[in-house]
Amino acid sequence: MKLKGNVWKFGDHIDTDLIIPARFLNVSDEDELAKNCFADLMPDFAAKAKSGGIIVAGENFGCGSSREHAPIAIKAAGIRCVIAKSFARIFYRNAFNIGLPILEAPEAHDLIEEGDPISVDLSSGEIRNEKNGKVIKAMPLPPFMRAMVECGGLVPYIKQQAQNSK
Amino acid sequence: MTITEKILAAHAGKASVRPGELVQVQVDLALANDITAPLAIKVFHELGATSVFDREKVALVPDHFVPNKDIPSAEQAKIMEKFAYQYDIKHYFKVGEAGIEHVILPEKGLVVPGDLVIGADSHTCTYGAMGAFSAGVGSTDLGAILATGKTWLKVPEAIKVVYEGKLRPWTSGKDLILFTIGRLGVQGARYKSLEFTGSAVNDLHMDDRFTMANMAVEAGAKNGIFAPDDQLRSYLEGRTDREGVYLKSDLDAHYDEVVEIDVSKIEPQVACPHSPDNVLPVSSVDPVPLDQVFIGSCTNGRMEDLRVAAGILKGRKAARKTRLIVIPGSPAIYKAAMKEGIFEILLDAGAVIGPPTCGPCLGGHMGILAKGEKALSTTNRNFIGRMGHSESDVYLASPAVAAASAVLGRIGGPEEL
Repeated sequence: MKLKGNVWKFGDHIDTDLIIPARFLNVSDEDELAKNCFADLMPDFAAKAKSGGIIVAGENFGCGSSREHAPIAIKAAGIRCVIAKSFARIFYRNAFNIGLPILEAPEAHDLIEEGDPISVDLSSGEIRNEKNGKVIKAMPLPPFMRAMVECGGLVPYIKQQAQNSK
Repeated sequence: MTITEKILAAHAGKASVRPGELVQVQVDLALANDITAPLAIKVFHELGATSVFDREKVALVPDHFVPNKDIPSAEQAKIMEKFAYQYDIKHYFKVGEAGIEHVILPEKGLVVPGDLVIGADSHTCTYGAMGAFSAGVGSTDLGAILATGKTWLKVPEAIKVVYEGKLRPWTSGKDLILFTIGRLGVQGARYKSLEFTGSAVNDLHMDDRFTMANMAVEAGAKNGIFAPDDQLRSYLEGRTDREGVYLKSDLDAHYDEVVEIDVSKIEPQVACPHSPDNVLPVSSVDPVPLDQVFIGSCTNGRMEDLRVAAGILKGRKAARKTRLIVIPGSPAIYKAAMKEGIFEILLDAGAVIGPPTCGPCLGGHMGILAKGEKALSTTNRNFIGRMGHSESDVYLASPAVAAASAVLGRIGGPEEL
């Protein structure tokens, strides 16, 4: 699975309150959540990210609350993948569970600039900066994790597995 | 093995487990709230489930936006309520019975030592104060647990924190955990288990232990745990018939890191904006004028917290320009505080007392900050915009510092009064 997009760059410790402030958690509709993604940081993020994009962040992305609304908002806003130096543990599980591919790549943040066009190969873990041809290797996703994000998350993945075993 | 490893092994049906190992575990109690349950219920239905794994092992607590703050929240709460009645969930608490989830579950005796508790709320780690393994997950994981009673976990590496020495008069569990988070950093325990030990925590009140375990996640930890002891045994008396398992970590248990802290050197601590690890002793913090002081939340909304605050506020008043908001964590605490005369002290001090809810802690309702406002709060997170406007500031501290700061109208410790 190959993903392409321009980079949205974020720093360290981007918490789930920044990703989606709690005042917007009174709904669970994904389009509504997407509208308020990064509301306090970049009020126009959702409109701008619509055409797709890839987030490149620093350490501990997604720390804080367990709200699954955070990866849902990011995915529904059009973001195709999140690459970070490291992820907070609940966010990590949630992202795969809802079908948002995420990769840990410690070097990416230093070698990629805001707006750079990059491509990501989830099978090999290869991240290519199309601007300068630089290649970064992230830990590739194991096949079942890839299958899970390709299906759109844990629920469709389990359903597909059940279908296949019939 | 550590206590955490022993609990994970027991729930995975294994003699032993090692850090890094992935295990499938049986869950003793699954928890969700009015924000996380609706998504979990959606997953439950999408999975085609027709019954919950055990109606007595599920707790559904409306606490974040209740009493319903607006129409969308009311609709979310209704999804949970409908599910609770349809599946006859034993531990569903309607408004009036409900308090803050992590306050009410221990209070009702729903957790005993040795339990494995998974909740769709990051502060589920609170039950580590009861010698249980407890960790937060998202709604999809919780939805699957509602259906199957099982989940998978990676056995975490462990960090042992050893607290020795005699506590200073105004230093509480909140100060110890803030100091610890300041020392470790917000990702210092990422994915790991924090074990709180040492002679200084043996003497700590249960309410202080809840505060400490509660904030383990603020250092990135998967869980935070205390060895269950006689104090816990007395706490549980009359609350449950379940015995629980009183585990200890083995002498040869492996820890990635051992952090030693001399508590006699710790004065009350304050976490400054905008991160829980931006911690300073209160005497080193600028005397920032405060628009609001909040005492409450799953971190510090318990009886001892209110007693300490009332002890300081007795005969005093909140400063003219400082709003004081107090929210007891459960109906039982609300009633006890009223009976003990704490309400009178608080009201005389000019506080407003809210019904049990998470409310302002997460910028939900009942105490939202305007642009440029500064608040000191006994809660757990001071991220940008956490309690309101993205240009408001939140300082985290203990109930004692909160009460003193309310009187002073600026950040300051009780010794200044």
